[in-house]
Amino acid sequence: MLQVRGLEVHYGGICAVRGVDLDVAAGEKVALIGANGAGKTSALKAIARMLPARGTVRLDGADIADAPPHSLVGQGLALVPEGRGVFARLSVRENLEMGAYVRTDRAAIADDIERVFSLLPRLRERAGQTAGTLSGGEQQMLAIGRALMSRPRLLLLDEPSMGLSPIMVATVFEVIRTVAQEGVTLLLVEQNARLALSLCDRGYVMESGEITLNAPSAELLDNPAVRSAYLGE
Amino acid sequence: MNGLSAKPGARAGMLLVGLALAVLPLLVGATIGNSWVRILDFALLYVMLALGLNIVVGFAGLLDLGYIAFYAVGAYLYAIISSPHLATAFPAVFAAAPGWPVWLILPLGALLAGSFGVLLGAPTLKLRGDYLAIVTLGFGEIIRIFLNNLNAPLNITNGPQGINNIAPAQVAGLSLGRPVELFGLQLPSVTLHYYFFLALTLLVIFVCVRLQDSRLGRAWVAIREDEVAARACGINTRNVKLLAFGLGATFGGVAGGLFAGFQGFVSPESFGLLESVMVLCMVVLGGMGHIPGVILGAVLLSLLPEVLRWGAAPLQQLLFGKVLIDPESLRLLLFGVALVLVMRFRPAGLWPSALRRRELDAHEAAPGDAA
Repeated sequence: MLQVRGLEVHYGGICAVRGVDLDVAAGEKVALIGANGAGKTSALKAIARMLPARGTVRLDGADIADAPPHSLVGQGLALVPEGRGVFARLSVRENLEMGAYVRTDRAAIADDIERVFSLLPRLRERAGQTAGTLSGGEQQMLAIGRALMSRPRLLLLDEPSMGLSPIMVATVFEVIRTVAQEGVTLLLVEQNARLALSLCDRGYVMESGEITLNAPSAELLDNPAVRSAYLGE
Repeated sequence: MNGLSAKPGARAGMLLVGLALAVLPLLVGATIGNSWVRILDFALLYVMLALGLNIVVGFAGLLDLGYIAFYAVGAYLYAIISSPHLATAFPAVFAAAPGWPVWLILPLGALLAGSFGVLLGAPTLKLRGDYLAIVTLGFGEIIRIFLNNLNAPLNITNGPQGINNIAPAQVAGLSLGRPVELFGLQLPSVTLHYYFFLALTLLVIFVCVRLQDSRLGRAWVAIREDEVAARACGINTRNVKLLAFGLGATFGGVAGGLFAGFQGFVSPESFGLLESVMVLCMVVLGGMGHIPGVILGAVLLSLLPEVLRWGAAPLQQLLFGKVLIDPESLRLLLFGVALVLVMRFRPAGLWPSALRRRELDAHEAAPGDAA
């Protein structure tokens, strides 16, 4: 479904992502793990066309490297940005409606809001509240719910566990698992390697802008280098 | 917006407001004089300007300190076409003033100002906040300096002297510059202009309300709140921002054309930074992004200085027996104090949007939904 070849991102003279190759098959759950500053977020943003980058990115075989970022939503790619990025002064419901911005089928949008509410009951309770008044975990759920409103086939998640309490992290990951079960393909960028690998089928390990390992999650969880560097053992 | 709903109560209320607005200039003219009707005319122009700036600042969240430049563009276009200036400056090309009808010049002014809006927007797309403010401030000054200096080698704007003898607008074959006798009632030029401006202001309000409720309006809110997230929602942030600059400028251009026809004279000094700041104050003080609030802010801030100018001297006579402070300087002082007080006690503006309150009510009303 997603095919990335030779992805490079530069900030001024600094090379944040160098020659990254990455594949995500339809229905797969793939994690991109690595330490702080390894270039995970830059790579994800470059895939979503939020950053200028070199290399090819193919979505279902079509090159999207030159597509404007806003057009990707219509092609079934949705990004849950780092730091959640909810519209703070809009209500939860209005945030979800904004997620369906590119769609025009009003009746189906209302159905999808209901679907998101049943997937994330906490959001239903808060439907009329402004998003800025939600807790961090609720905002993360809202960001995921909003991304689902565009009916994506591929969901890119950037550090969904960031800044959340352990119990909230468990809840958010349960939601992500459910989303994947409904047939949405996942590419998950995460610092919490154990969590990410326990959710995903396969993982890429990123170090100083390069992919150093690519293996099924079970293998990575057993890999001594990964264990010592990312699992704290 | 509630103002456009068809509820019987709201409709009666709107009828009353309409009636009051229609009678207002007659009443004011008959009691305190036509100079106050003139002030009302300017208040209406400021309402249009503030509503235009509100699209950029209030809806899309892009701080624009050079907005008056679009007013200037509209005013100068009207002035150049409706005055003998072209015939004087280029006798070989123009025998007389082109003198196009107002329904042609105003849309042209709107279009030209809108293009200037896009021109300003295009290089500033990646800027926000303070940086954007500085660039827009520079843009406003550039336009003013151009107006000041475009009298050589080709005399387009007549430089610092400005353009004189601008013909007043002709509406349906009726010149707004001459008084009209209607049902035994003498309607002076200022009153005619009042009705013309009022009609256009209502049109501007209507357009603003429709824009706010539109898909584009929602996109503006989204980029105001979070640009990355807006893009992630599939919003073309570039086009949406350019549309904000362009549409906002359009209203400024219309108001500028009206100003030129009303005043009969334009010069660069009418379009200084202070004017931009004044319009911004109207938007912020009234309630950014809230149309009724912005209208209130514009009306208050355009009337308040005049009331102070008018009341300050007699009041001092009464209190101290003599005029201690020149009313002109006192006017700005009191104006500043009023601004500080409003921002201290009503930081969201005098009449902020009820959106938040409505949301909280909805939340209280639906506790049964709790899962």
